[in-house]
Amino acid sequence: MSQTLKQTPSQTVGPYFAYAWTPELYGRRPLATNRLATRDMAGEHIRIEGVVYDGEGQIVRDCVVEIWQAGADGRHLPGAAGFGRCGTDDAGRYFFDTVKPGACDPGHAPHIAVTVFARGMLSHAFTRLHFSDETAANAADPVLAGVPADRRDTLIATRAETPGGVVYRFDIRIQGDGETVFFDC
Amino acid sequence: MDTAVQDKEGDFRPRDWAQHPPYLSPLYKSTVLRSPSKPLIPMKQGLSVRTGPVFGHDSLDPLDHDLTKNGRVNGEPIGERMIVTGRVLDEDGRPVPHTLLEIWQANACGRYVHRWDQHDAPLDPNFFGAGRCLTDAEGRYRFTTIKPGAYPWGNHHNAWRPAHIHFSLFGPSFLTRLVTQMYFPGDPLLPLDPIYKGVPEGARELLVSRFSIDVTEPVWALGYEFDIVLRGRHATPMEG
Repeated sequence: MSQTLKQTPSQTVGPYFAYAWTPELYGRRPLATNRLATRDMAGEHIRIEGVVYDGEGQIVRDCVVEIWQAGADGRHLPGAAGFGRCGTDDAGRYFFDTVKPGACDPGHAPHIAVTVFARGMLSHAFTRLHFSDETAANAADPVLAGVPADRRDTLIATRAETPGGVVYRFDIRIQGDGETVFFDC
Repeated sequence: MDTAVQDKEGDFRPRDWAQHPPYLSPLYKSTVLRSPSKPLIPMKQGLSVRTGPVFGHDSLDPLDHDLTKNGRVNGEPIGERMIVTGRVLDEDGRPVPHTLLEIWQANACGRYVHRWDQHDAPLDPNFFGAGRCLTDAEGRYRFTTIKPGAYPWGNHHNAWRPAHIHFSLFGPSFLTRLVTQMYFPGDPLLPLDPIYKGVPEGARELLVSRFSIDVTEPVWALGYEFDIVLRGRHATPMEG
């Protein structure tokens, strides 16, 4: 079949999406939240957290981060259980409570697909989150291998063992020094 | 019911940058510091992005598709009642069935419910301004709502956003995700709007809905049609 229609152009989410996308504050049921892990879910329970910055290093507080991931066994189940959505707060922070995914593609390190939306982004940006404790798998990962060595760090979430549990830090720099690698895929 | 999702079909076609706005679009000032400045890095489409969330009817409340009803407190919302309907298709013209759409918008006066919106125009106690629905088997969706008003913003002197409805779509994959805005035909603010004009010439017209007397319901509501095209798929899987 040949291509006949043109893709509908993207537009920014604007500044006023929160009451629709993360509407708990407005007393509404959200489509998705930033708490993917149920208590009995198999796998290592982790928190992913970070701050979103603009090109001058200022925090971005009208940004939404969406993630899509496999379970601990590396499988994507039907439905939306592997999907999370979190708006940044007044300090530019976001977080997800989830489980660490297993590798879902042969030869790839465990990772999470990430999409970034914000006021000022006319088109969204794709990136992916890798885990700092997966040194060997990351070294063999074909996507990381396609990224200039001096920028790979922007895709690696840093593991810390805290009294509250395992936390991976993943800041997103939309532009400028330490700019996060974004993909065309 | 825990069979892992497989995907044996062809790769998704690339994002068509002749259709989408570039990240940096200086007339829209917020893009200046929020546009990735380094080239995007090509990535093969693995299972982690070829799959994506699938939402069902359990994600919807019964009035989610009717914004004239889902925010009522003590009466009907004020404004011009309207129906917006259309089809979600891929680039090959195939319907995208059973996929979730979210919409959100200002009220008839151009004011959002959002706590940051300080525009000096009244909130409508009976209008919330957000909804969801699923496409049917033919990719068709339909919302009932109130026609949104234009509103001022701080981008430049005397800047006004044309009336618009925000749309968010998922499609079959993490790669088919799309967030866009629907505009109205003949709006004199369109040629002045840096967000609309961030879209390449020749593509931006796709964001303008069509008035339809066939969709219009007698003595009830005006009808507008807005079709949405998501990324399609190549016929055969790419190897390598």
